[in-house]
Amino acid sequence: MAKVHVTTTINGEPMEFLCEPSDTMLDALRGPLALTGSKEGCASGDCGACSITVDDRLVCSCLMLAVESQDHEIRTIEGLANGEHLHPLQQKFLEMAALQCGICTSGMLVASDALLRKNPDPSEEEVRFWLAGNLCRCTGYDKIVRAVMETAAEMRAQ
Amino acid sequence: MNLVTNNKWIGQRTIRPDGMDKVTGRAQFAADTTMPGQIWGKVLRSPHPHARIRGIDTSKAEKLPGVKAVVTSKDIVDFPIEKGAVMLGIQDMRWMCRNVMARDKALFPGHPVAAVAATTEAIAAEACKLIEVDYEVLPWSIEIDDAIKPDAPILHEFNKFDGKPSNIAGRLEHKKGDIAEGFKKADIVIERTFTTRPVHQGYIEPHACLISVAPDGKTTIWSSSQGQFMVRAMTAYLTGIPQSDIRAIPAEIGGGFGGKTIVYLEPLATLLAKKSGRPVKMVMTREEVMRATGPTSGSKSTVKIGATKDGKIVAAHGTFYLQAGAFPGSPIRGAAGCSFTPYDIPNLLSEGFDVCSNRSKVAAYRAPGAPIGAYAVECVMDEVAERLKMDPLDFRLKNAAKEGTKAAHGPVFPRIGYIETVEAAKNSPHYAAPLGDGHGRPRGRGVASGFWFNAGGESSAQVNITEDGNVVVTTGHPDIGGSRAGIANICAELLGIDYRRVSVIIGDTQTVGFSNLTGGSRVLFASSMVVTQSTEKIIQTLRERAAKIWEIDPEAVKWENGAAHPVSPNAGQFEPLTLQELAEKAPAMGGPIGAGVQLNTQGADGGFGTHVCDVEVDVDLGIARVIRYTAVQDVGRAIHPGYVEGQLQGGVAQGIGWALNEEYIYTREGKVDNPGFLDYRMPVCSDLPMIDCIMVEIPNPKHPQGVKGVGEVPLVPVMAAVANAIYNALGKRFYALPMSPPKVLEVLEAPTREAAE
Repeated sequence: MAKVHVTTTINGEPMEFLCEPSDTMLDALRGPLALTGSKEGCASGDCGACSITVDDRLVCSCLMLAVESQDHEIRTIEGLANGEHLHPLQQKFLEMAALQCGICTSGMLVASDALLRKNPDPSEEEVRFWLAGNLCRCTGYDKIVRAVMETAAEMRAQ
Repeated sequence: MNLVTNNKWIGQRTIRPDGMDKVTGRAQFAADTTMPGQIWGKVLRSPHPHARIRGIDTSKAEKLPGVKAVVTSKDIVDFPIEKGAVMLGIQDMRWMCRNVMARDKALFPGHPVAAVAATTEAIAAEACKLIEVDYEVLPWSIEIDDAIKPDAPILHEFNKFDGKPSNIAGRLEHKKGDIAEGFKKADIVIERTFTTRPVHQGYIEPHACLISVAPDGKTTIWSSSQGQFMVRAMTAYLTGIPQSDIRAIPAEIGGGFGGKTIVYLEPLATLLAKKSGRPVKMVMTREEVMRATGPTSGSKSTVKIGATKDGKIVAAHGTFYLQAGAFPGSPIRGAAGCSFTPYDIPNLLSEGFDVCSNRSKVAAYRAPGAPIGAYAVECVMDEVAERLKMDPLDFRLKNAAKEGTKAAHGPVFPRIGYIETVEAAKNSPHYAAPLGDGHGRPRGRGVASGFWFNAGGESSAQVNITEDGNVVVTTGHPDIGGSRAGIANICAELLGIDYRRVSVIIGDTQTVGFSNLTGGSRVLFASSMVVTQSTEKIIQTLRERAAKIWEIDPEAVKWENGAAHPVSPNAGQFEPLTLQELAEKAPAMGGPIGAGVQLNTQGADGGFGTHVCDVEVDVDLGIARVIRYTAVQDVGRAIHPGYVEGQLQGGVAQGIGWALNEEYIYTREGKVDNPGFLDYRMPVCSDLPMIDCIMVEIPNPKHPQGVKGVGEVPLVPVMAAVANAIYNALGKRFYALPMSPPKVLEVLEAPTREAAE
């Protein structure tokens, strides 16, 4: 089958790639685009390790076809830091030990960033329900929730 | 013991050395690596729970364009059953060679029967469909009760129990005193039977590897596992390639919890790479992970405890049947050996039975066996305490093991911290707080304790000083939960420098000395011991170098705050020489500064924890929710408190999943019916409360930094704590896990029965 040519924007950069019509966005990111920060934990949209945003909407990239990214704005974990400046969430995850093995961390950070853009002052319950699509098997979520809450508080104070 | 006190880094919440890579998406996990010329491997798996393999025809698959190699069991080194065990650690290669690829029989649905490598993943999958396997489907059994029936289909004819072919592959017992005599002294005796379902370790990263084999046999493996040396050795055994020709490079590991202590893909990928001459990548799907790896055992346990009116336990008897899956080797030692260990019981018999059935071979899962045993014992403890009208923590204190108590599994305890964990739980704000109003939903509180052996074992480290006076530490244990952070803290502390000047890396098999698995709660215990000794050697070298420069005796030089100093004015008046200065002078003053230590580390004392759990039950929907949780543990010494708490919190979360929702569900055809994260329901963020931790620190006297293993104890008491809390809320006992909504409703709607089993 002939490959499809896709033109899109990823982390603010214009990008082009070729993919099979059946490839998921996650396949494209991890394959031709070599952005392996998004992880495949389940390929069924249940673990959130491959979370990205599409036009600021949080999406599991394993549930989206790569061709659907045509003319859209994609953000991945690789776009969260600004050059050598970490996003406040990234810094807080480091300081508060909100990661253990690290496999869910990319998805957690992308999802948390999407939450704080939408709601800069989430309650603990709102954080927990927003992140309910991101499985973590190491941390028990405690430190992740605390890191998101504390980042939100600091970002509001600035 | 001479612990470093007034410490600057030990006990601090420093930033982990590998953290930046992990928050930016740079970290390389196994599936993130690619290689020029790489092709893809896929596994064909048995659809049957039990079937004789009469023949395999791979010819059609081999002819498919794009297919580069096909392997079956005839390509794997055979370890014949009759020639006896070939052990690698706790694994017998006779089972391992049959687990990675079915030989004469397929023993569970998902058992590999062939593997294909092709230019794309899609072609490899297509080729698998073209392989023709001639199966003779056999009767099967999944559950323990079915597998131990006299007429049960036998998985392994060679396996005998009581002189007859059997699915019971082994029995062990721990014994102390005389239980018949002991029970005679009891005023009350309670005996209950419990069942648990298999649960999966549930690491988010599926198994993956990339393997290159050069024509001369030199093999490079990138894979994620709990031990690159285990990967090297098992791959060598199963492929016939010498270990010295295999370089196993540890990728970052996306969770393991015991489930990545054996190999599944690596031998197959190696053989495919060897046959095809191309690097081969293999990545499991989540469904493959659920069908063919792990889980831990399902179980059936009977526990009987006898106590006198004044609250002393006089006798106990535990019988623990654990599912091994397709091959012998369930964690009966953990169940039988750990479950009564928090208590000083004069008359005790604890028996474990290893039962094979047509499920995937079990793998270690966090204190393997111990949570299963503790669930049964700690629930009966709760009943006995209630019958005695004693506070459950007071009852535990009254019977607590302490220094000098002889455990049934052998050791006489040194200074242990069990009592301190019970007291801390009792004095915690949580235990003192009222349960609060559930607005019509019953609330309850439960407690439970747990023990895990902990382990030492082989560990190697190399510490090198760079030319600019910084430090590179190389160890041989994959870092799952933050061990690099602990090592950086220790090395920086000893050298008296900023922790950010210490880089900690995990060496591959050909660059660092043998190091055993990341498992058994052993890594920080073992690795910090060898890192401490290596760093001490370096400090000795640095003192000698300074002494040489100052032309005084090395004994007259002390190392402090990152520099050499004269020990006293008598030694002479010299300006301190810093690590940087000595590193710069190294070429002229004796050469490179580095030291390595290899040890079989000893002295890993067991670990104890006591947990308090509050639940709230929606009696209309049958949903039990944990609303507050406190985990207390003797952690020895928290080298990095953030990651110690993380271990406690993570273990608790897994236990809550095991208690309330997680289980393997089988179809009538003997296949796993919920092989994905949608239907195999692990706790998500909104299912859990914050998890409070109380770290009791009683330093391990046999470790230079006081370290005790911490990773496994946190899972051990959880299921019992939750079950006891649900009893406290509802007044009804549960004797089966998980306590999922349908099961809760079943118990609630059966008012005449005391409990559901």
